[in-house]
Amino acid sequence: MTSKTVLHAKHLEAGAKMVDFHGWEMPINYGSQIEEHNAVRQDAGMFDVSHMTIVDVKGADAQAFLRKLVANDVAKLKVAGKALYTGMLNEQGGVIDDLIIYFFTETEYRLVVNSATREKDLAHMNAVAADFDVAITERPEYAMIAVQGPNAKAKTAIILSDAQNAAVEGMKPFFGVQAEELFIATTGYTGEDGYEIVVHNDDAAQLWQKLLDAGVSPAGLGARDTLRLEAGMNLYGSDMDESVSPLAANMAWTIAWEPAERDFIGRKVIEQQRADKSTDKLVGLVLESKGVLRGGSKVIVEGGEGVITSGTFSPTLGFSVALARVPRSTGDTAQVEMRKKLVDVKVVKPCFVRNGKSVL
Amino acid sequence: MSNIPSELKYATSHEWVRAEGDGTYTVGITEHAQELLGDMVFVDLPDVGDEVDAGEDCAVAESVKAASDIYAPIGGEIVAINEELEDSPESVNNDPYGDGWLFRVKASDESELENLLDAEGYAANIDED
Repeated sequence: MTSKTVLHAKHLEAGAKMVDFHGWEMPINYGSQIEEHNAVRQDAGMFDVSHMTIVDVKGADAQAFLRKLVANDVAKLKVAGKALYTGMLNEQGGVIDDLIIYFFTETEYRLVVNSATREKDLAHMNAVAADFDVAITERPEYAMIAVQGPNAKAKTAIILSDAQNAAVEGMKPFFGVQAEELFIATTGYTGEDGYEIVVHNDDAAQLWQKLLDAGVSPAGLGARDTLRLEAGMNLYGSDMDESVSPLAANMAWTIAWEPAERDFIGRKVIEQQRADKSTDKLVGLVLESKGVLRGGSKVIVEGGEGVITSGTFSPTLGFSVALARVPRSTGDTAQVEMRKKLVDVKVVKPCFVRNGKSVL
Repeated sequence: MSNIPSELKYATSHEWVRAEGDGTYTVGITEHAQELLGDMVFVDLPDVGDEVDAGEDCAVAESVKAASDIYAPIGGEIVAINEELEDSPESVNNDPYGDGWLFRVKASDESELENLLDAEGYAANIDED
């Protein structure tokens, strides 16, 4: 039995090809994945991300709970609305999920976690919460639409009320604000400017239609994947999972080591890995000749081997790029096994495109 | 239901074949095949002059989703390839039976055409998928 988001009918209306995405019937594309990708890089596109799980955390111990639960430190959040990206680790230092945390007050936070990991995430959060005075509430009554691209904010502004426009005026990246009936955040998964908008299920189809009328193009999960990969953003389940350390997944920047006495779950293991420099690392691969790097392919480097965790054709660059987990000693070049042949690839930092432009 | 022109012959592996009337045959992939593959990003074609056998993998269609082998529906010599696809692989998506053609082969044994499906047979074959 697959679930449907409240925007399901709008997807069919727009000619979407629907696929089963971890139990959700979601649009993979509306005709051409590459055209949708380009719309986001050059203009404005929107994604239905209502399948993602919104969880509100409230209570006297909300801050203390989150300082235990995740590798980054929510005590760094001082300004209402500020958001933070981090991982929720297990005791072995593997990544249970990656998530965004929005700070409202020290007793009130909003978390957005992945859909495929919903059940285990909630079970883990509830287990950890047993020792804290905190209430964990899932918010399935809300849908979410991500509007992304260089013209995303301007096109969204057309359909927002004056009060909503005033609320988001000058909002910096990685902030969220409750503006009348909408929660509007300057977050995303594309490497472009834009918003993620949380809207009540009852109002979601109308908001989608208004954005469509304002010239925002629907974009499917196919484009979402090529956009996030170009931007060097991890996909849970591909680039990391419970068996992978955040240090091997380009997530070191999402870990707060100070203060040293904050005992977040998984700390001991990853602290040791950090001291020993024992983990692999996540790098970017670039193939400038013909062919497409694909997830799961073997990567051969001097003195060892690794694996491509995500690979695709990059519509923005016109050639293939990939994320790969490789030995720490990996240099500037590697070879990838592709269709029984070994091809040479360049090894780069795991980020390829930002704000419509190559960063290679 | 995807478009399956009645004047063409088809292989179960989703290639189409068009007789040019001079012993040469143009080959491409069907509309159904391009729908399955999604947006095309590279097409690797054989070289003109290559000899291919019926059923031999002789080209690769690489889409956003996957790399797929393309099989020669009949054997013979490759006499032309669609060089336009180098710069516009999307023709395979937009016009699979026209500008998206892949290569032309001079048949070494025209009786091999009898092993191919007509439009009706191909339609039935898709339905079984």
